[in-house]
Formats: sequence, C-alpha cells, structure tokens
Amino acid sequence: MCGIVGLYFKNAALEPQLGALFTPMLMAMTDRGPDSAGFALYGDEYHDGIKLTLRSDQESYNWPALAERFGVAFGRVDEWFPLADATVFKLPTTEALALEWLASEAPEVDVLSAGHSIEILKGVGLPGEVAAHFGLEKMAGSHAIGHTRMATESAVTLQGSHPFSTGMDLCLVHNGSLSNHNRLREKLKRAGISFKTDNDSEVAAGYLAWRMRQGDSLTTALQNALKDLDGFFTFTIGTHDGFAVVRDPISCKPAVIAETDDYVAMASEYRALAHLPGINDARVWEPEPAKIYVWERLNQPATGSQR
Amino acid sequence: MKTYDLSAGVRELNQALHDPAQCREINAWRVVNPQGQHNIACGVNEAVTIDIDGHAGYYCAGMNQRADITIHGNAGVGVAENMMSGSVRVKGDASQSAGATGNGGLLVIEGNASARCGISMKGINIVVKGNIGAMSAFMAQAGCLVVCGDAGEALGDSLYEAHIYVKGQVASLGADCVQKEMRPEHLSELAALLEQAGFTDESPEAFTRYGSARTLYNFKVDNASAY
Repeated sequence: MCGIVGLYFKNAALEPQLGALFTPMLMAMTDRGPDSAGFALYGDEYHDGIKLTLRSDQESYNWPALAERFGVAFGRVDEWFPLADATVFKLPTTEALALEWLASEAPEVDVLSAGHSIEILKGVGLPGEVAAHFGLEKMAGSHAIGHTRMATESAVTLQGSHPFSTGMDLCLVHNGSLSNHNRLREKLKRAGISFKTDNDSEVAAGYLAWRMRQGDSLTTALQNALKDLDGFFTFTIGTHDGFAVVRDPISCKPAVIAETDDYVAMASEYRALAHLPGINDARVWEPEPAKIYVWERLNQPATGSQR
Repeated sequence: MKTYDLSAGVRELNQALHDPAQCREINAWRVVNPQGQHNIACGVNEAVTIDIDGHAGYYCAGMNQRADITIHGNAGVGVAENMMSGSVRVKGDASQSAGATGNGGLLVIEGNASARCGISMKGINIVVKGNIGAMSAFMAQAGCLVVCGDAGEALGDSLYEAHIYVKGQVASLGADCVQKEMRPEHLSELAALLEQAGFTDESPEAFTRYGSARTLYNFKVDNASAY
C-alpha cells in the first residue's frame, strides 16, 4: 500500500515548525506502511561545496576518522554532525569528486543524499519509531517529503526504504508498483545509472536522474516518466526549492493536496493533513491523472503551478 | 440527537449505529471531529439521520440501508460504496469510486467527484453538482449518474444499462458508451433526480444522455483472438 506525504512552506515563518507539523503526517500513514519509513528534509543550506548524508552498516563506524580523512582529501571539512545512525558532512568540493573519493576510499559508506540542502534519513520499523530515532519533531526546514513503506516488490531493508535520492537535492517517494522496472533498470544501467537494490521505486528515481542528466527540466522529466514508466504510481518529488506531485494515467493510488497561503501539503490520505493549521479553510483537491503539479520558489515567494 | 466525538475512534460509533434498539430510540446522530478517519457510519441499517461535521476518510457510509447521512466536508475513497437504500450527501468533494457497486438509494455530491465515480453501479442514483473524474460509470449496470459539470475520460467504459446524464463536456467516451436521444421519459427521470438532490436551478433540457450501445453484450467468435 505505502503512504507518502509532503509539506512545503510558502511562508518562511513556519520553518521552525517543520518537524512538529510533519511528524504527525508521517505517523498518520503508519497503517499504509508499517515496514519502514524515511524522509527528506530541506532548509539547512550549504553552498560552498557539497552536503552529504552518509550511513554505515557498522554500528560503531568511526565518523571522526572519516572526517579527518575528508579534511586531508579536500583541504577542510566545513561542518559535520551525526543524526542518529546517519552523519551529515559539508565538504568544500564537488558531488562528483566526493562520490568518487567515497567509492574508492570508503566503500563501506552508503550515500543517502547529496546536494546543497537535502538530508535524507530513513530506517526500518514503524514510522513513529523512525521519526523518534532521528528526532524529526524538533527539526526545522523549508520543506519535507516522507514515505511509510508496505513492502511489496522487494525486501524490508534499509536500502529498500524511501526516499530515493535522484541526484543533487532531488528525491522521490513512490506509492504504487511499476511493472516494467526490470527492463528499465537494465536500460538505465547501460546509461551509467547505478542501483543499490532491486526496488521498483529506485528505478523511478534513477529514471528521473537519467532524464535530468540529459538536460530535462523536472517538469519535462516527469512528462517523459509518464510515457516510459508502466504501472501504478503516485510520486512526490522534492527539489532544492520546490516539490512536485504526479500520478499515473489510471491513478489507482490515492493522493490529496491541500493548499493555503502558507503551505502546500500532500498525502496519500486526508487524515495525514487533518492537524495542519488552517486546514479547514485550505483548498483541498485530488491531483488529476497524468497531470504534473509543481511548486517552486525560483527566488520568489513560492507560487503553485499546474502543468 | 446524540453526539459522538470521533477523537476516541470510530468503532464505538459504528457499534452504536448497529444497535437497532438504540437507533429506534435516537433517530438523529451527530458525529464531530471525523479528521478523515475511515469507515465512519458503515453498515447502518436503520432509518436515522447522521450528520458528520467535517472531512471523512475511506468508505464513509458504506453499505448504507435506510439512513440519511450527510458529510459536511469532503469524503475519501469509496463513499457510499455498495449502498442499498437511503441517502448520502457529501457537501464537499468526493474521492475515487464514489457510490461504487451501489444497489439503491441516492448519493448526492455537492462538489466534484474524482475518478471512477459510480464504478459498477447496480441501481444506485448518483447526482454530482460539479465535475467527475476519468473512468466514471465503468461497467455500470443499473441506476442513474447525473453530472452537472464535466466528465473525465472514458466515461461509461464497458457500460451495461445505467443512464448517464451530463450537462458539461465529456473528455471522451469509453468502449460501447454512446450519446443517446433524450426522450420525454428521460427528461422526467432527470428532473425528478435533480429535484431529489435539491439542484432545482438545473434545467434537464441542458443535459445530454449517454448509454450503452450494447455491442459488447455477446461474445463473438470472430473476436476470440482479441481476448
């Protein structure tokens, strides 16, 4: 089944409340996905290099030692801090150089996200436990997207948990199932996209990454996804300064959007939105099949657009 | 009038509504704080009125018999699914599969309905003031679907015998669904439904009727390779 949620502030005054408003959204979708949960948070900006969220399967992984090695490799480490079993690094280098270094020097480390703003945190277990594990409730930021997973196409593992990063500051959460993911995965592998799991949603994320690497805008990449991805999907996509919602042309998988002057929120079901401030006066609607909804800041106050 | 606060969950309410003795004693029920919860007022079998103050989740008023249920907000997936009799009124919008498989009664949606409104309807009447989504009245077998706004794609796909009346635009018709002549009996049927729904500002003459071309009824061996 799976549950997906997203909360995007148009009014910056709400930013300190992101975690407090977003945690109940995630927890309301526990019935739809009790196997694992995860979320991407945006807001803590770093523009002098690359911000990475890393994780290791080794519980006692020596992060201070890794920080020292990063310092040697890239001259300095601007900031690093642990978030439960994940660790965020801000490094004065490029994504490509950082990932290349990690692949050769610290292959035991998983990269959960890379960008200037994004942090992806996820775990196996009930959404409430995952949120508490990372202290989500106290977190601040400009927007967040989240996922609660009921595993269908692949195993219950941390790697199978959403969100999947699709490139710099981009990530995707998915409710549904894709029927052509195996063939598409092989095609994308030949195009140089690497996959860590046999999860169908990771293929959707990889597809978007591939399209955008070809020069597609987010909207164009999603238009192409509607042509090339076969199956059921409601996607919510987080970007550096916006987010998007799209459903397949049959739209079997549910979605509801609420918009006020202060925020846009989406969820698989209305009950995840019921606690939001001003919800009774919000515009609430179901996104139409095969229609791409994008909200972006573009250095201006956020405006909704439906493409 | 009895008021139930759903902050404590939906089960106690539904158990009370399933108790014939209580329903004979109390014929008006009010439900507050629904907060999008699922299965509110499902399986009611008594002639009571139920007012739900706010947005309801999935399958609200499912399997209704005899009750008159009003949702003062939006309704989630499958509102009034498999209704047998009575009425359900949604003051806001309805999600997917509104009135699915309904055998009887009247479902009124004052806002818009999403995809698959009236899928496999079997005798229920559905009147929507706004628009309906794609694939509505898919495989509908009996009853009427009235739409004062527009209809999405594949309206009435694989339709059996339901009557469909649409005032606005139809994005596309599904397999075997065709436009049909509006005869006097259809105008009077439509007028009666609009009146029952309380939409007396609508003129039946402004609607177009759609129905089954009945070409999918029989298996034709020439088409065997297509199955």
